[in-house]
Amino acid sequence: MNGVLNLFGFMGRGLLRTTERIGDGTMLCSRAIGHLFTPPWLGRQLVIQLYAIGFGSLIIIAITGAFTGMVLALQGYYTLAKFGSESLLGSAVALSIIRELGPVLGALMMTGRAGSSITAEIGIMRVTEQLDALEMMAVNPVRQVILPRIIATLIALPLLIAIFDVVGLGAGYLVGVNLLGVNAGAYIGETIAKVTMHDLLTGWVKSAVFGLLIGCICTFLGYRAVPTTEGVAQATTRAVVTASVSILIADYIITSFFL
Amino acid sequence: MIALNGVSIAIPEQATTVIMGGSGSGKTTLLRLISGLDRPNSGCVWFDGSNLAEISRRQLFTLRMKMGMVFQYSALLNSLNVEENIAFPLHEHSKLTDSVIHTIVTMKLEQVGLRGFEQLMPSELSGGMAKRAAFARALAMDPKVVFFDEPTSGLDPISAGVITTLIQSLTELTRMTSVVVTHDVHAGLSIADHVILMWQGEVIAAGSPDSIRGSDDARIQQFIEGRADGPIPFSRSNTNYLDDLLNPRPTVAA
Repeated sequence: MNGVLNLFGFMGRGLLRTTERIGDGTMLCSRAIGHLFTPPWLGRQLVIQLYAIGFGSLIIIAITGAFTGMVLALQGYYTLAKFGSESLLGSAVALSIIRELGPVLGALMMTGRAGSSITAEIGIMRVTEQLDALEMMAVNPVRQVILPRIIATLIALPLLIAIFDVVGLGAGYLVGVNLLGVNAGAYIGETIAKVTMHDLLTGWVKSAVFGLLIGCICTFLGYRAVPTTEGVAQATTRAVVTASVSILIADYIITSFFL
Repeated sequence: MIALNGVSIAIPEQATTVIMGGSGSGKTTLLRLISGLDRPNSGCVWFDGSNLAEISRRQLFTLRMKMGMVFQYSALLNSLNVEENIAFPLHEHSKLTDSVIHTIVTMKLEQVGLRGFEQLMPSELSGGMAKRAAFARALAMDPKVVFFDEPTSGLDPISAGVITTLIQSLTELTRMTSVVVTHDVHAGLSIADHVILMWQGEVIAAGSPDSIRGSDDARIQQFIEGRADGPIPFSRSNTNYLDDLLNPRPTVAA
């Protein structure tokens, strides 16, 4: 009996803690975004972050996009050939990348590449009292440190995913047409015929939501990191895990709305 | 847990007040309360006619224009070089032109003896130099009050000497109020106009350095002489030694 009660107590405490953290994170990020609409405006900080987060992730995103497109073409061809409909390969690759794999894989790569460094950087700023120093200089750390990073991920991710899509489609074309011998006209024709504005919109909404999620989760966990070496390490791990899982959950929800 | 209990102190203007005490005595907590970084659960902190425990964030930020702080680990912003670090509060809060700001930064760096190191990044500075740069940054806005959190800890004797001399001379020169938290008895007593001694979250003595040195309170003498045992006991254990030896508790293997 006691064991069961303990279990409920344990679960209840966990649930309360999680709810509290989600609430705290939401409040912090809304406060940060609220600062967007009052001067002083975001300037140099945003440019620095866009460069670090956006441009810095460009190569890894392009490589991921290329191999995703290539493997999709291979795998798609294998499946479609069983039905004798290899000519549909173009649309199969394009729809998978634009609607699903581009946003999700792009966001996951971004979490690992940029999200972890956002959390670690802010966590170390907490440990080395840089956040307190900003406070003492009458500069709000939420505006100075958190806001530019959230906005930078929000702007950078959709752009990076657009590049992911283009590179992926190109690589899929190379493998499908040049390697597997699918008719080039059929490949491109199918792609143009089957991909609609609605599909592009789905991909775009996903990438914007994922960008916001990465920005909010990674900045929040860094900001609230326990100010020790171990605390920052823990926060960084937690940021990558939480952001990745949130992306997959959000992906399911958005997909169900945009079918 | 209560970090501070029944603490009532006054900090004289245009003088150096040194808050001393052992580790965990609550002196850093006290500094964070005075500077408004933390708010007390109960009680008041008066600064320039405002109660820091109650004012809004906006009002606190206005008061902060009159405050500067030198942190224990300097807390220079990693992404900016020395010059940009010192210019940062000026860029944020003044409409001065770049050339005026450059002049101010050069003057502040000259005061702390770091002119010529403008372009170095914080990671390229030694501990003592980083402290000096942080000092220059704290002075950038010409504050009325500057707080120092363990200004000499982790520094070699020469660098520590430089920092204490700087605190002393600049306090006199600029007529600012300095509040120094330290466990360095020698440095603390040498620069203080007013000393506050803390133990276990309470103030056990306050007064001039001479009155502290001449005090016959055994706790104060133990602290000043740095004796290991005395009224502040060497052993922090609160269980019976013999009991612990005879009743072994399972230990967790590392």
